[in-house]
Amino acid sequence: MAQGFLKGLIAGASLLGFVGSATAQELTIFWAEWDPANYLQELANEYEAETGVKVTVETTPWADFQTKAFTEFNARGSAYDMVVGDSQWIGAASEAGHYVDLTDFFNKHKLNETMAPATVKYYAEYPSNSGKYWSIPAEGDAVGWSYRKDWFEDPKEMEAFKAKYGYDLAPPQTWAQMRDIAEFFHRPDQGRYGIAIYTDNSYDGLVMGVENAIFSYGGELGDYTTYKVDGIINSPENVKALEMYRELYGFTPPGWAKAFFVENNQAITENLAAMSMNYFAFFPALVNEASNPNAKSTGFFANPAGPTGAQFAALGGQGISIVSYSENQEEAFKFLEWFVKDSTQKRWAELGGYTCNKAVLESAEFQNATPYNKAFYETMFKVKDFWATPEYAELLIQMNQRVYPYVTAGQGTAKEALDNLAGDWNTTFKKYNRFK
Amino acid sequence: MTTLTMTTLDPRSRAARRGMSDLAIRNLFIIPTIVFLIVFNIFPLLYSLGYSFTDFRASTNAPWNFVGLENYRTLLNDPFIWNNFAITAKYVIVSVTGQVLVGFGVAMLLNREIPFKGLITTLLLLPMMLSMAVVGLFWKLLYDPSFGIINYALGLGRFEWLSNPDVALYAVALTDIWMWSPFVMLLSLAGLSAVPKHLYEAAAIDRAGPLYTFFRITLPLVAPILMIAIIFRTMEAFKTFDLAYILTSQPTTEVISIRLYKMAFQEWQTGMSCALAYIMLVMVIAITNIYVKYLNKVKER
Repeated sequence: MAQGFLKGLIAGASLLGFVGSATAQELTIFWAEWDPANYLQELANEYEAETGVKVTVETTPWADFQTKAFTEFNARGSAYDMVVGDSQWIGAASEAGHYVDLTDFFNKHKLNETMAPATVKYYAEYPSNSGKYWSIPAEGDAVGWSYRKDWFEDPKEMEAFKAKYGYDLAPPQTWAQMRDIAEFFHRPDQGRYGIAIYTDNSYDGLVMGVENAIFSYGGELGDYTTYKVDGIINSPENVKALEMYRELYGFTPPGWAKAFFVENNQAITENLAAMSMNYFAFFPALVNEASNPNAKSTGFFANPAGPTGAQFAALGGQGISIVSYSENQEEAFKFLEWFVKDSTQKRWAELGGYTCNKAVLESAEFQNATPYNKAFYETMFKVKDFWATPEYAELLIQMNQRVYPYVTAGQGTAKEALDNLAGDWNTTFKKYNRFK
Repeated sequence: MTTLTMTTLDPRSRAARRGMSDLAIRNLFIIPTIVFLIVFNIFPLLYSLGYSFTDFRASTNAPWNFVGLENYRTLLNDPFIWNNFAITAKYVIVSVTGQVLVGFGVAMLLNREIPFKGLITTLLLLPMMLSMAVVGLFWKLLYDPSFGIINYALGLGRFEWLSNPDVALYAVALTDIWMWSPFVMLLSLAGLSAVPKHLYEAAAIDRAGPLYTFFRITLPLVAPILMIAIIFRTMEAFKTFDLAYILTSQPTTEVISIRLYKMAFQEWQTGMSCALAYIMLVMVIAITNIYVKYLNKVKER
């Protein structure tokens, strides 16, 4: 009876949704609350002008985004026709049947060739190398760095730096140089600090930050096809990378133990740090004088290389997917047909969206449009991401539990933290029968 | 017999004039309440008890399996969960003790003739009327090491209240004490003003010292109402979420309800999180029962 009652409720709710959507040509896209969502709304307004189909981009704060989206999916709700979902969700959402299979659409439009390969691999394909696609790369994003050009280019600082470290002060090429520069500018007595890094352990902030170090040190989180993690997540490279991250934490401003994108942009706008890690998507605020008084003296660089010369960055960004429970799938497909056109992708980039379209990314016009677009273009071809398996959230929380006390409080050693993490991940994969 | 003492409707009342019987009135008021309780409280409670014995995940379409007590076994063997419980216990003790000391102390101060007593009491009650999330957000600013007013006022330099793993839990408890001491104060004040004046007069005649008077007259008479305040605050502190979640994300402040939230709505381990919720429920009931037993003893004295 209980089941019947629930079904009745759900049926009632979906009926309401159906009545609402059947009367007009309307589509709803769900995304997190940030600037790119506003740009997407502007793009969608142009679609409405062309076709008469009204597209609304509905948003929610980042902290709720995952919870709200999956609550809607789990209830088989039709409130959203499309969702611009985080890259890690793809396993959970595709295996549970929340996303519509876009493989045919993908192949028909040859998106494999027109989109940057990393974006196809991490935003669209699941399982890895399966040739099955669940979303269209929409907002490319990765972690990059901003820095204070005025501090770096001050002749006195340059001279002092060269005298101390024996090479010229410039945006770092390697993590070792970045450490030196952070140490050099770290002057707590002057209220100036070396570096701002991600440390927030409530979602994927800290993990993204640590990934930047791990990937550039030549490490990996595990084998995404065989689920092997022993000797990979706790490899000597990863231990070194984690130790470096811990060392950098020593050069952060006081109270930097719950820092994510907001705090890291503040590090630049409030004159706190010489360098700051952040997603490219948050850089438009740094070149805008209304939101950054130091806009003119803010520079950007791509994630530096590790000791072996490997250079990668942690992937952010999202693909756009059609929700299985949508009543307007046909219209949603039409919107996506329009969205993947080269001309739309060009317009998307002009509005401020980070297109994943190879041709647009490679164009000189795009690369010169902002001070960070070139770094973005370089980064998007060398990105790696976290696990995308359905149990990614558990893996993420386990990594936070093991890594956070070491990075922010120096508890235990990097090796212990990663060995324990390998144990946790093995247990989790065993629980979900991933080892076949 | 007492079982049949349902009061009858006053024949002059409006309801009676409209021809409503006692039974009709009872049905009108009680049945909706019962239905509401069953649909929104009892039913989900039992439903989630069922889930706690399965590996159900609300985020997938995969069929769930009955796993017996496996969830409970896993949870009770998880050192992280035990750590969460230890943190919660520490938080409850620090925060409730602080609230009782501050709240009762302020009530003692206010329990005398002072000018503007009413106004002062009202102002002191303000923190408790604010929303937890709002309190969390602005205490985060107050604690800020770079521009927070607390470090400035206390001359602590750049002391890191929320980023220091050893201090963060106390910082959260301090905020909770600030917010909820007024609640203890209010109840204590009610208790204090009910203490008969002649007892104090008698004590004064017998030349009892202030300490003796406090421990032999004031405290025993206020104890029952103070215990009620403690029960409420303990239950609330045990379930605390908002303040700790907003102020800091230190593992040393991850109280059990934050872990539960993550398990239920980030990891979507629905079955497992139902089991954890039940473990919490049993604990709260156990603690409350011990208190109530003690309260009854205090009342008998």
